[in-house]
Amino acid sequence: MTSPAQSRDHQVSAETSATSPPANLEHDTPLDKDTVTLGQVVIRLAGDSGDGMQLTGDRFTSETAGLGNDLSTLPDFPAEIRAPAGTLPGVSAFQLHFADHDIMTPGDRPDVLVAMNPAALKANIEALRPGGDLLVNTDEFTSRNLAKVGYDANPLEDGSLEDYRVHPIPLTSMTVEALADFDVSKKEAERAKNMFALGLLCWLYSRPTEGTMAFLRSKFGAKPDILAANIAAFEAGWSFGETTEDFSVRYEVKPAPMGAGVYRNISGNLALSYGLVAAGVQSGLPVFLGSYPITPASDILHELSKHKTFGVTTFQAEDEIAGIGAALGASYGGALGVTTTSGPGIALKSETIGLAVSLELPLIIIDVQRGGPSTGLPTKTEQADLLQAMFGRNGEAPVPIVAPCSPGDCFDAAVEAARIAITYRTPVFLLSDGYLANGSEPWRIPAVDTLPVIDPGFATEPNHGVDTENPEFWPYVRDPETLARPWAVPGTAGLEHRIGGLEKADGSGAISYDPDNHDRMVRLRQAKVDAIARSIPPLQVEDPDGDARVLVIGWGSTYGPIGAACRKLRAAGHSVAQAHLRHLNPMPENTEQVLRDYDRVIVPEMNLGQLALLLRGRFLVDAIGYNRVRGLPFTSDELAETISDVIAHLDTPART
Amino acid sequence: MNPAITPSAFPALDLVPKTDEPQKAKDFKSDQEVRWCPGCGDYAILAAVQGFLPELGLRRENIVFVSGIGCSSRFPYYMNTYGLHSIHGRAPAIATGLAVSRPDLSVWVITGDGDALSIGGNHLIHALRRNVNLKILLFNNRIYGLTKGQYSPTSETGKITKSTPMGSLDYSFNPVSVALGAEATFVARTIDSDRKHLTSVLRAAAAHEGTALVEIYQNCNIFNDHAWEPLKDGDTRDDMLIRLEHGEPIRFGTNGDRVVVRGADGHVGVVAASEVDDSQILSHDAHADDPGLAFALSRLSDPHTLADTPIGVFRDVSRPSYDRMAREQMAAARAAKGEGDLAVLLAGSDTWTVS
Repeated sequence: MTSPAQSRDHQVSAETSATSPPANLEHDTPLDKDTVTLGQVVIRLAGDSGDGMQLTGDRFTSETAGLGNDLSTLPDFPAEIRAPAGTLPGVSAFQLHFADHDIMTPGDRPDVLVAMNPAALKANIEALRPGGDLLVNTDEFTSRNLAKVGYDANPLEDGSLEDYRVHPIPLTSMTVEALADFDVSKKEAERAKNMFALGLLCWLYSRPTEGTMAFLRSKFGAKPDILAANIAAFEAGWSFGETTEDFSVRYEVKPAPMGAGVYRNISGNLALSYGLVAAGVQSGLPVFLGSYPITPASDILHELSKHKTFGVTTFQAEDEIAGIGAALGASYGGALGVTTTSGPGIALKSETIGLAVSLELPLIIIDVQRGGPSTGLPTKTEQADLLQAMFGRNGEAPVPIVAPCSPGDCFDAAVEAARIAITYRTPVFLLSDGYLANGSEPWRIPAVDTLPVIDPGFATEPNHGVDTENPEFWPYVRDPETLARPWAVPGTAGLEHRIGGLEKADGSGAISYDPDNHDRMVRLRQAKVDAIARSIPPLQVEDPDGDARVLVIGWGSTYGPIGAACRKLRAAGHSVAQAHLRHLNPMPENTEQVLRDYDRVIVPEMNLGQLALLLRGRFLVDAIGYNRVRGLPFTSDELAETISDVIAHLDTPART
Repeated sequence: MNPAITPSAFPALDLVPKTDEPQKAKDFKSDQEVRWCPGCGDYAILAAVQGFLPELGLRRENIVFVSGIGCSSRFPYYMNTYGLHSIHGRAPAIATGLAVSRPDLSVWVITGDGDALSIGGNHLIHALRRNVNLKILLFNNRIYGLTKGQYSPTSETGKITKSTPMGSLDYSFNPVSVALGAEATFVARTIDSDRKHLTSVLRAAAAHEGTALVEIYQNCNIFNDHAWEPLKDGDTRDDMLIRLEHGEPIRFGTNGDRVVVRGADGHVGVVAASEVDDSQILSHDAHADDPGLAFALSRLSDPHTLADTPIGVFRDVSRPSYDRMAREQMAAARAAKGEGDLAVLLAGSDTWTVS
């Protein structure tokens, strides 16, 4: 998937990786099977929380990325660490969409479902495309397990699955059998069944295996018996595919054409972490992360704690408030202060964000949004914190907002948030979400010398009365272009000053209760944030036909589903335009003009219309919302249907 | 090493640049008019701090005062150093980020009984257990002053205030007991009006590496006047105040006629000197690793009458500070792996090339 900022030039050929069976595989009776070439495949792996589905998905993704396919993933797991085994709440799933062309989403409906137990089948079967392949672990379809999820009859036997190509496979017992000669317990052998499944899938889709071998060696290197067992289970799965008559063909998906460069697969949280490290390097400031663990943001804390060699300090605070407090304290001292959290944490940090607005210090506030309100849906995605980020503080407290549109874009968004924070001396919101955080895609690794250089421009000299005998330092004198105030850090001689959350006199920064001064300062803080619009690129519109009358505008992680929906409509002969806001506050200067260029404006959001409210309030545009809050990303089908409905009614009068 | 950084009598400040210029108290006075109520105990503390700082010989620009909200938290505005007047209760958290990222600064937190023990209680206890290099001065006047007279977490039970016309129902905190329970490595108590004692405690706190908590009994003459009067009045003072000195037997009273002993049941209490042999008198050991005795001493005072109130350094033990260990981890990572290389990080180990 490409972000709006990236090139759409696909005129290059991709290097292909050789697909070969595991080196020491025994080829007892390999059948001569045809290989069918597919353009794209959507696979969903579903099992119990303890079945290792996320790991299996990650491995399959890694092999797929290495093969040069474009891809997009969607992990979907429960908030409970280990819900009771075999129950519906314990089902953990991982969906992967891979293709020989540029794709934008993890796929609406899987073509292939791997169900490790009856609960996984029940929770996911409705998503499977009719005619799709269903691989089931028959060992788990005991009467007890069936009863546990409310199956009166065994769905493998009652004909209820006749719309699908069912592949009944005794995964557990075949794994145990394959490991009979290994020095592992039965339980350990059973646990390797996910490697059997992975081996089978790698055979079925002609994936390379070297990466998985290397992964297993590094994970289980210290436990040779377990390592050998996992490798054997993987190879047994591969051999099973090769020899069973159940699969008459195997598939391949050719590499996707992508722009030249070096690629890796990357998740949103990892890209975001790297963006913060890069921002530190590019600004020359030490990064200080103050954070409190919260799903789905904790991975950023984990990742940054590994990067001390870059001068990154991570501080796991006693609570959300202390996390941002420490970050702000570090910013006061000249570091790049960062805090990471999700919606509930933002609620707790609000007062400190207000202080940062008043102090006018750089601070990056990362909100990896999840379902709300309150604890809500901790592991599910949503984008309902936009208005909290815009307005969730006392007083007039404007804060710039940046929102990445894809996992890889989280890197650029983090660097951009740092640029704004440092240049304009302001807290900045970065709104990611659970889907971006855990989803992954191929990412073209940027050359370091192409990254922006960010100049902190610390104050070193007095700035008031410099021609007099007693020059002074005034902390609230503003840069005429950016309206930013000077950043004078402790340790700078002659610039000692006192600042705080009380209103300050324009210029001198001394405490001031003067009515007109307060009015001026409120307007200055707003004007400073508004002025950021001059430094951001104009809103781009994608309208390849050039005659669209309907504009679909979104923000954040809906970029992929909206783009996929627009492509479907264009392929069906409709004209539709897409625009995506990366800067929510301030918006690009041409936003109003873009909106006015279309007869209808549709705003799909995973909330009840928060961006639509802003667009309507600011531009008096009759934006049409499409809003669902299911904890899952939109499907391109539902968006295409909504958009085509609007297109069909273009010539009936708009709502009044 | 910066030539301005030299070992001193304050090893905890070894990384903070020193000045060659002689300093006086007036060098630490800012140009801001002090706006506390006339007669407020804060004036005496401000004067004591400004009078004491020249002793440290630090560059003024490397000293930072961070405060929360409340009367005491206006303190940074009056200091000609760097200063940050933050939000209610959060000063220890904000100062933690500053101290951890800037070893070349001497960071002081100014707070009050409401700021530190009520809205900011969580940050206080965690700063104390982490042992970040902060010096926390807690001005305790047993009342909310800036909001005009509600009871505080240190107010005595039954206190009549604007918000408790029939008497407060809360049991009060003893800040020293709280700090000792929170794994503090340095805990002391002093009194606003005793300049000499206050200065000696500030000196000991400044010399300590890690978090130091100094509770200062401070008088609010508007909303809670005479709160500490029995400890200040010449007629009652000597019979009520226990002046703790490390290594000395704990003896007080007009003629040294009262002593602290440990009873047969382990209980620590006050008895008449005449009732016991000198060898039974407890000696104060501020450096004891076990905080048990310090805690027992903190429990001697009666929150209502203030009888048997110890002042001085309860506990002063050595533990590596959080910020020192954080720096050591970073240095160890760099020693093992070298300076981070962004290009290497971004590339990772699993890439493919499209040409």
